Parts: sequence; structure tokens; C-alpha cells
Amino acid sequence: MGFFLETLFGGLMAGMLYSLIALGFVLIFKASGVFNFAQGAMVLFAALAMARFSEWIPAALGIESKVLGNVLAFIAAMAVMVAVAWLIERLCLSKLVNQEAITLLMATLGITYFLDGFGQTLFGSDIYKIDVGMPKDPIFLFQSTFEGGVLISQEDLVAALIAALLVGALALFFQKTSTGRALRAVADDHQAAQSIGIPLNRIWVIVWSVAGFAALVAGIIWGSKLGVQFSLSLVALKALPVVILGGLTSVPGAIIGGLIIGVGEKLSEIYIGPMLGGGIEIWFAYVLALLFLLVRPQGLFGEKIIDRV
Amino acid sequence: MLYRENGQFKTNYRADQQVFPILQDRIAIGALLVFAFAVVPLIAPEYLFRAILIPFLILSLAALGLNILVGYCGQISLGTGAFMAIGAYAAYNFQVRIPGMPLIVSLLLGGATATLVGVLFGIPSLRIKGLYLAVATLAAQFFTDWAFLRIKWFTNDSASGSVSVAGLQVFGLPIETPAQKYLFCLAFVAVFALLAKNLVRSHIGREWMAIRDMDVAAAVIGIRPVYAKLSAFAVSSFIVGVAGALWGFVHLGSWEPAAFSIDRSFQLLFMVIIGGLGSIMGSFFGAAFIVVLPIVLDALPYWFGIPIDTALAAHLTFMIFGALIVFFLIVEPHGLARLWSTAKEKLRLWPFPH
Amino acid sequence: MATTGDVVLEVRNISLAFGGVKALTDISFDVREHEVRAIIGPNGAGKSSMLNCINGVYTPQHGSITFRGKTFSHMNSRQVAEMGVARTFQNLALFKGMSVLDNIMTGRNLRMRSNLLQQAIRWGAAEREEMQHREFVERIIDFLEIQPYRKTPVGRMPYGLQKRVDLGRALAMEPQVLLLDEPMAGMNVEEKQDMCRFILDVNDEFGTTIVLIEHDMGVVMDISDRVVVLDYGKKIGDGTPDEVRANPEVIKAYLGTSH
Repeated sequence: MGFFLETLFGGLMAGMLYSLIALGFVLIFKASGVFNFAQGAMVLFAALAMARFSEWIPAALGIESKVLGNVLAFIAAMAVMVAVAWLIERLCLSKLVNQEAITLLMATLGITYFLDGFGQTLFGSDIYKIDVGMPKDPIFLFQSTFEGGVLISQEDLVAALIAALLVGALALFFQKTSTGRALRAVADDHQAAQSIGIPLNRIWVIVWSVAGFAALVAGIIWGSKLGVQFSLSLVALKALPVVILGGLTSVPGAIIGGLIIGVGEKLSEIYIGPMLGGGIEIWFAYVLALLFLLVRPQGLFGEKIIDRV
Repeated sequence: MLYRENGQFKTNYRADQQVFPILQDRIAIGALLVFAFAVVPLIAPEYLFRAILIPFLILSLAALGLNILVGYCGQISLGTGAFMAIGAYAAYNFQVRIPGMPLIVSLLLGGATATLVGVLFGIPSLRIKGLYLAVATLAAQFFTDWAFLRIKWFTNDSASGSVSVAGLQVFGLPIETPAQKYLFCLAFVAVFALLAKNLVRSHIGREWMAIRDMDVAAAVIGIRPVYAKLSAFAVSSFIVGVAGALWGFVHLGSWEPAAFSIDRSFQLLFMVIIGGLGSIMGSFFGAAFIVVLPIVLDALPYWFGIPIDTALAAHLTFMIFGALIVFFLIVEPHGLARLWSTAKEKLRLWPFPH
Repeated sequence: MATTGDVVLEVRNISLAFGGVKALTDISFDVREHEVRAIIGPNGAGKSSMLNCINGVYTPQHGSITFRGKTFSHMNSRQVAEMGVARTFQNLALFKGMSVLDNIMTGRNLRMRSNLLQQAIRWGAAEREEMQHREFVERIIDFLEIQPYRKTPVGRMPYGLQKRVDLGRALAMEPQVLLLDEPMAGMNVEEKQDMCRFILDVNDEFGTTIVLIEHDMGVVMDISDRVVVLDYGKKIGDGTPDEVRANPEVIKAYLGTSH
């Protein structure tokens, strides 16, 4: 039972991490109707920026304090992400405003390849470390109930808390602020939003910057856990089934979907995996999303799509 | 001036609906085919066959299959690599487990197996569209990645999922030298291209395009979305499966599941987009572009005398790929095929401006 | 106008709602063979929704539709097409990626029988079938006077001509009942005259029953045999053009005072 709980918690934590990446997807889709395949690449790019800046800045300015170094690196990395957002909007999105969804999807695929290559050209392709002071030692909970206690990673716990905070902040942003309302209008209908005077370009830069911020946070947490390397981009692909499950337009959906996928993956690997020869983690999330889609095409919390003729 | 259709009047519908209605086009294609079949095998160096021509032919075939699904029927698929893998491994099993099985039959059976699985994975398309469908096709990709690695029966109990074939021959003629392999692939591609072109200009092709353009209106005309979508998946998977089998048997000789990974799926999708969605010709243009580009990018530094280390070259290739995709989507979303037909339009008027 | 016959299509107590929005409430009317039946009403009255129910695009929550004696609670688009009902759309719904010829050829789909293999080979059965149907479609193209545009992608055509292609596609189905959803919307006077001429010719020559949604009162009063009036999803009038014109409910809701 203790082992089951451990697996469960581990799955929940992993799920939270997926959700962090999924948040970026949902943000961009909610506000611009674009399915941003490049979110994973943005996570990697942001993580690379953070990792290298946290090396270069202290060295260049002779700073001893770890905290100050990290803060400056964070600011620098965020600035880079805003620049990336601005460039993507200028060079790609504004030119593709009225194209169909598949075209925009393909464009983000192109951006993915570009960012992958560019990031590694700029920042290098070794494995880099991010150290923001996340607690590395595991803790044991419930030692009285279960023998030996249940092993929980503190790092994952902190990550989960940060993710929860981020989600809360974003949900408030969309519901309560006028910018959030404008974003939702834009997601619904670009041309209608334009016609009532919403500045499309600026909105998109804001959205992609916020998504960049989410990518940076996700990148730092994942990078701190796994080290910053190219495979991060592939892990990020796993966020797609999360988004599908939760619904492309739902911020809470991204969380719930992430938790379900995280737990589902871990549990299935332990309990079903051995029957099938192991390694089923690579496809479980996708097949789960697929089966779910057959039952409820718009995901758990997504909006139903009605075709008008 | 050269390209005018003066005097080429069509007197019956049959003539009007030929694949190449303009005489000059027919001559050009004829000459190209003669050149490809008779001249190239005699003069091309081995490197050209191995590095460019054979991959180009096989990937064009796969792109053709994918174009039918994505370009003509409008169903996004990110799992093409999986269907190539199924074609390759199925053909392998038929070839190896059934003694005396003719090569062509194995390859076609590989395609047929891919068809069955393709129809299965096409079922979600009946309920979901667009981006959701794209993610669902990823399920096919990752599942087959795993299946060919872990399910020993598929790979004749090979430990790493890698298999190999040797001693290919057709009706006693060996398929050993690069020139022979090239001709074999060329024959397949020529036949399949013709069959595909016939399909897309028939009523099934119009059904596919109707579903792509406006599926509600299509239903009202009496087109069954189920039949149209599943037939698109079926035909597409068949062609992609055969291409996969060719890739494994003829181009690689021995392969493991990684040869058909998600990178392959993306590569094929890029070919179809850059080449032109909904265009048979476009599949060839796209394949040529994607096959030749990395080679050019690799060689470019040497031509300019600037050596670049391989890792950096790989990164730069990624960047240029990505940039080119975006560039094409902005400038000409209908791809190279549209550029080509626009050029031909201008050529028909040349030297007059309009 | 052709002499009208028995009831060919009847809708009874049709109610349709989208969430809280009631598009249609308890609508009943019939359509007689060979007649020109108009459906009129202010915007949002539910006219297109009514046609969509007949075609199987929407499924009504209540009510039934009877076609030639067979009653259905909901329609299946394919079945409806097979029964000989075709339609045009308010917003065109043409296949933008195809040429005019191909768009109209899709209307022949139900009658094309060759299988995948035959089509792939083309030589022989599939070729003959294609040519046969091409001939039929060419006659429609002649009828609609759009010969110069047959190879043009429909997306590039002016609106009025696109409307003709929409009609052509419906005609290609050789329908017994033709549902026209605002076929003259956005047209100038000459274009409207042309369209009227086409519609009346179809009704006269082939005896096709026409159900027509239209806003131009002049057209409606001129060419229809009978008229149904809808307002806010309810039926408020049903009868000959003269009867409807004099109906105080209809005048209040729609026609206004001067016309």
C-alpha cells in the first residue's frame, strides 16, 4: 500500500510538471486560436537561456551571491523570451492571420525546428545545470502509518506548489482583467476582435510572452530536475495528450489532464507494464488521450465545436 | 511562344480530361521518363543513386501517400513513420516466414497490412478533426515505436528490433547494384503515381476534396464521410506502407524501429507542405527539396571554404528547415507546386506580359 | 408554374433548440409535388434551420418529417440525398479547392458506381462512367450559362456566379425536391432575373418541386404557388401569396406598411 501511494504521489508530481508545459499551450490557444507546437521548444530554449545566463552573468559581473545571480539570470532569460515572442509575432503570426488552423500548426512546427537549432547554436548543446535552490533530499511522510514511510521528493512538491500558484494567477488573469477578456475575444474570432479595436499584434505579443514566462518556469523546474538537454523538447511533446484530455481552452483542464496523465502513466507502467514487456510509458498518454477523444471529442473541460452551415 | 496551346483543340471530353492536356507537357514528361529509365542508370555515379535518387524516389512515394490523406482529404496525420514501419516489418515477416514468397508480393502485402492498421487509426477521424486528430495520430506513432521494439514476434525475435534482408531479386533478375535498385524503385513510383493521379481525378478524389473543403455540405450531397475518410486513410496507408517496405528492403537493407521515428513523420509532413498540399506533382517537388537540402547545407561550407563542425551544421540545418517552412507558409501556402504552375501560366503567355 | 400534385413532403410539429435558444417551435406545413413553396420571415426566424432539419444537418428535438409517405423522426443526410432532395446554401458552402466543373460533378456522386480499383486503373469502366457524367454536367453548365468558367477554381469567381455553381451542384443530383436557401441574396437586378429564370425553368421543364427561402418579396409573390411565414421560430402564416399578403399577423411582423 505504501508503494502504491508512493507511485501515486510520484505520478501526481510528474503530472503537475506536464501541466506546467500544457499551460503554455492552453494560453496561446485560448488567446490566439493557435495550437503552438513549439511550446516544447520554447521550454527548452528558456531553460537553456536560464542555465547559461546563470553561468555567464555572475562570471561577467563578478557576482558571488547565488541568489542574485539567479535573479539576474531569470530577468535576462525572461527578456529573451519576450524578444522571442515579439519576433514570432512580427515574422510569422502577423503574416498568417487569416490562414486555416492547419497552416498555423505547420508554422509552429517550423518554429519548433528553428528554435531547437537556434537555441543550441546560441547556448550550446551540452547538458547544463540549473540550480535555483530546489531542495534535493527526499522526505518521508506518514512514517507512523506505513513502515518506513512514503517517499516524496521535496523538489517535486515545490514544483507542484509553484505550478498551482501559476495556474491560479493565470486563471485570475483571464477572468478578472480587461486584458484577459481581450485575449478571450481574440481567441474566439480574430477579425471580430480586430473590428472592435483590439490591437491584435500587441495582444499576441503579450500572450506569447506570458506563454514564454510559463515556458521559463516549466523549463527551470524541469531543468533543475533533469538537467537541461535536448531531450527536454521531446518530454514536452508529452504535454499534448494532457492538453487534449483537459480541453484545449481550459486552464483547469490542463491541470486535471496533467494529473490524470501523470498518475496514469506511472500506475500503468508498474502494474500493466510487466505484462506487456515494459516501456509502455512512451505511448500510454497518447493512447489514453485517443480513447478519451473518441468518447468526448472536446476534452474534459473544452468547449464544444458547432459547425454552422 | 514555345508553350502556347494554339491549335490544340479538344474535340471530346476524354481529351479534355487527360492528365497532361497540353502537348508540350506530354512531350516533356515522355522525355523525362525515357531519360529516367534509359539514360540515368547508365551515366549516374553510384553516390548519386545511393544518396539522392533512391531516397528521393522512395520518400516521394511516401509523400504521395501522405498527400492523399492530408492534402486531398484534409486529415492531419503525424504518424506517417509508423505506417512506413508497419509496411517494412510486415513485408519482412512475409518475406522471411513464407519460403519462396516473391519480393513484389511481400512489398504489396506490407502495404496491405499498413492499410488495415491505417483504417483502424482512421476511425478517430470520424469523430475528431484537425489538431485533436493530429495528436491522436501521434498515438499510432509512439505505439508502433514501442511495438516493434518490444513484441518479439514482429521482428523474428531480434533483441533490438533490428532486422535485415538480403539477396533481393525479381523474376530471377537481381536487385543488388545501385542502378538496379534505382530502376526497381522508379518502376514502383511510376506505377503508383499513375494510380494515385487516376484516383484523385475520379469521383473518390472529389469526395476526398469535398470532405476537406466542407464536410457538412458534402454530407448533404450524399457523400458518406465515413467512407470518404476511411478510404483516404486506407489508400494513403497502403502507399506509405509500400514506401516503408521499399525503404527498409531496398534503401537500408537492415533497419530498426528508429528508422521510422517521429522525425520521419515530420520530415514527410514538411515534404508535403513545401511541395504542395493536394498535388501529386507537389509530393515530388517536396521530396526533392527535403532530400537535397541537407546535402547542400552540408557541402556549402566547403564550397565557401569555411569549415563548420558537424554538430553546428546539424543545428544550422534545423534552423534553416524551420525558417523555410515558415517562409513557404507565408509566401506560398500551396507550395512549390503552385509556384511551378504559376510559372507555367506565365510561360504560356511569354513573351507577352498578359 | 407546373400543376401541383399530392403532398410530397410534410413536416409536423418540428421543434429545434440549441441549448436555451429555441430556433423552431412546433412548425407544421406541407409541400405539394411540382409546386414552388416559399418560406419567408425576418432574419433569425429559423428558416435555414428548418431546411437543415429536412437535410439532416440538425436533428430536431420533437416532430417528424414525412417524405413520400415514409415518416422519420430525424433525417440522415445520405438518405435524404438518395431520396432525391437537394439544396443550396445561404453561405454557398462550395468546395473552394475545386473547379466549377468538379464542384458540379460532386453532385453526381451518388450515381457513380465504379470501385476504387477501377478508378485507379481508369482505363475502361471508370473512364466511361466519368465521361458519361461529364456529359450530363456539361448540360447543366450550358443551362446555367457558365461555360467559360468550368475550369476556374470557384474561390476566384464573383459571388453571383458562385451562386449559380451552388445551384448547378444541386441540379446535378437530379432532385425531385430542391431546397433553395436565399438563392438571390446579394445579387443585383439582372442577376436576380437570371436566377429566377433558372428556377422557373427547372420547375417547368423537370417538374422539380421547389422550396425557396427568399427575402425579396417581389420575387416571392411573383413565382411562388404557396408561402409559409415564420417569425421567431413560429409559423404565423400559410397560404397563397395573396392570402399571406393580407394576413395582419404577417404584415405586423414582417411586411411593414409600404412595399
